[in-house]
Amino acid sequence: MAEPILSVNDLAVEFDTYGGTVQAVRGVSFDVQPGETLAIVGESGCGKSVTVQSIMGLTPMPPGRITSGNALLNGVDILGRKTINGEDIRGDKIGMIFQDPMTSLNPTMNIGSQIAETLIVHRGYSKKQAFARAVELLDMSKIPEAEKRAKQYPFEFSGGMLQRAMIAMAIACEPEILIADEPTTALDVTIQAQILDLLNDLQRENGMSIILITHDLGVVARMAQEVLVMYAGQVVERGSVDDIFYRPGHPYNLGLHAAMPTNDPEAESRLTPIDGSPPDLFHPPAGCGYCARCPYSMQVCIDTPPPTYTLSEGHEAACWLHHESNTQVVPEIHHAGEAVND
Amino acid sequence: MTDLIKIDNLVKYFDIGRDQRVHAVDHVSLEIGEREIVGLVGESGSGKSTLGKAVVGLHDKTGGTVTFKGKEMPARYAPADFQAHATDMQMIFQDPYSSLNPRMTVGEIIGEGLKLHRGLGNSAVRDSVASWLERVGLQADHMSRYPHEFSGGQRQRIGIARALILEPEFVVCDEPISALDVSVQAQVINLLDELKESMGLTLLFIAHDLSMVRYVSDRMAVMYLGSLVEVGRANEVFFEPKHPYTKILVGSNPEPDPRHERHRASTTIQGEIPSPVNVPEGCRFANRCPEVMDRCRSETPQLIPVNDVTEEHPREVACHLFSRD
Ligand SMILES: Nc1ncnc2c1ncn2[C@@H]1O[C@H](COP(=O)(O)OP(=O)(O)OP(=O)(O)O)[C@@H](O)[C@H]1O
Ligand SMILES: Nc1ncnc2c1ncn2[C@@H]1O[C@H](COP(=O)(O)OP(=O)(O)OP(=O)(O)O)[C@@H](O)[C@H]1O
Ligand code: SF4
Ligand SMILES: [Mg+2]
Ligand SMILES: [Mg+2]
Repeated sequence: MAEPILSVNDLAVEFDTYGGTVQAVRGVSFDVQPGETLAIVGESGCGKSVTVQSIMGLTPMPPGRITSGNALLNGVDILGRKTINGEDIRGDKIGMIFQDPMTSLNPTMNIGSQIAETLIVHRGYSKKQAFARAVELLDMSKIPEAEKRAKQYPFEFSGGMLQRAMIAMAIACEPEILIADEPTTALDVTIQAQILDLLNDLQRENGMSIILITHDLGVVARMAQEVLVMYAGQVVERGSVDDIFYRPGHPYNLGLHAAMPTNDPEAESRLTPIDGSPPDLFHPPAGCGYCARCPYSMQVCIDTPPPTYTLSEGHEAACWLHHESNTQVVPEIHHAGEAVND
Repeated sequence: MTDLIKIDNLVKYFDIGRDQRVHAVDHVSLEIGEREIVGLVGESGSGKSTLGKAVVGLHDKTGGTVTFKGKEMPARYAPADFQAHATDMQMIFQDPYSSLNPRMTVGEIIGEGLKLHRGLGNSAVRDSVASWLERVGLQADHMSRYPHEFSGGQRQRIGIARALILEPEFVVCDEPISALDVSVQAQVINLLDELKESMGLTLLFIAHDLSMVRYVSDRMAVMYLGSLVEVGRANEVFFEPKHPYTKILVGSNPEPDPRHERHRASTTIQGEIPSPVNVPEGCRFANRCPEVMDRCRSETPQLIPVNDVTEEHPREVACHLFSRD
């Protein structure tokens, strides 16, 4: 496999609050390959946003604190840094699209000038050059009548157009990695489809890597090659998109798929949520983070954190069901050495 | 089924100066039966939230009426009207970031309504808040924390508990689940279903996730640029869409199946939604419609029944392909 463009190792992030210290991210590791889309899924509150925000240096510190780990961008640790060799990491090397575009755009400046500004700051363009390029970028992002629209202000854009403007801004400096945190959650499915197509086109044209955070497993199925499943601040499973959808190796991943409605008019049974709630991150459990909710939990799960088992190349799960001496059979869980039928 | 809510020719325009107005909701009529769940879907910016807010009195109505249990609701709510109707109808807001007061604890936010509208004492309020926190999948001891300490999905559940604690008869749920992961979505949907049975809850359920809307709703209404273009049984609208916009909408819905998605033909819709300030004449979808005809550009299609008109709530479509003259 090629050298990863981004390699995050053993990242841990805490927050001090009145109630105590929240261990939001507890030893997360993952790699992003050039030109690939990695999706991160997981229970809300499991630390997805905090993970990517701390890589980008966006975690408020205090109350936040990075207690361990590194994040190697082309081999150079960027954790806690804003620049490498005088170049900004954010905007320049890594672009970011936030869930709520309105809060990350300046309401008093027209859209074109906001995009132009990144080019002036990061690329030393003249004002005129930068604005012309901004119009091109808006056009690439499928904003109709880009020249006219560039002179408009954020409030004159619809939600879907703002999201596309954010993309134009995030890709202005041709970053090597684009991080998109729930980029289409607020949009209807037709605009969502336009934006996903746009991200795919940009990736094909520029070879950019994408880290995509989303709850929508349909979007994951459409976009991702690799998937990271997080639970309670940790990675519980990783694999190719087919591994994660067709060969689940962790009970939480299994539970996620069981909770989705099927598009079957006859299946009017109730949805199957995962019982219980995630652990208190003030006092994370000693063993498996999922054990209080897991239907297959054993004594060892309560006492000792499960190691990560390799099920096939690139497919790993942290669950005691994969231990060689486990005798509990869960037919829906995929194990190492089992045939892959595609 | 008797209708709990009757929305009749509801209009909501926003004045934006220079004699210009946003036609956010333009003559929408819809009836919602007791214990019925009606899903409302449509393009971003088509007026779904505005319609929901106008129905619960959070926007003054520019025109038309809303009737609740046969009684017409005020066109413009005074503070006392909110007080009077707090246990009739409530709204769960789309934006979990700005709709929670950052200076109040979660317990105060959720319990406020009970104190105000039910006059309960502190310890009764606390017990009720604790039980509702658990019902929406949070923990009782979250009560003493502040909203900024919660993730987006957790905040959304705080908003849900705040609206439901008053046990209203009718709730507008504006994107109640889009910030939640699928397992918590299932939990919230089952909770709404259970409340529909136990307290006779009636819902207008606004969402972008069509699979979920089909699953929870009895009927589905599709909105485009301020108007309804199709209304019918949720399964029928989802599996046999009739309006060209509904067809594109349903065709864009991503399936949680990577093999299927790899072979999907792109159904990307062409063009932009027209400005709600300068609403085009004729059919509002004409500039993007793959099946557009001449008359579509001049004559506005009305929502008319397309099947069994003796049904209480017949299937309706606003498209000249289905006009009978
Ligand atoms: N500023 C903060 N202060 C205290 N706790 C925080 C802060 N920011 C995040 N947290 C906590 O860290 C945990 C992880 O939050 P994060 O926003 O990363 O979740 P997420 O996985 O992105 O969830 P969602 O899918 O709902 O957006 C949560 O339990 C949250 O309560
Ligand atoms: N207070 C306001 N002043 C002026 N225009 C407004 C106001 N509120 C909403 N609008 C406009 O009314 C139209 C309908 O907006 P609304 O928020 O109801 O759409 P929506 O269907 O809920 O969209 P989304 O799916 O993106 O939430 C949009 O064009 C919006 O810009
Ligand atoms: S380690 Fe144990 S509790 Fe955790 S997911 Fe596996 S079986 Fe369940
Ligand atoms: Mg998040
Ligand atoms: Mg809305």
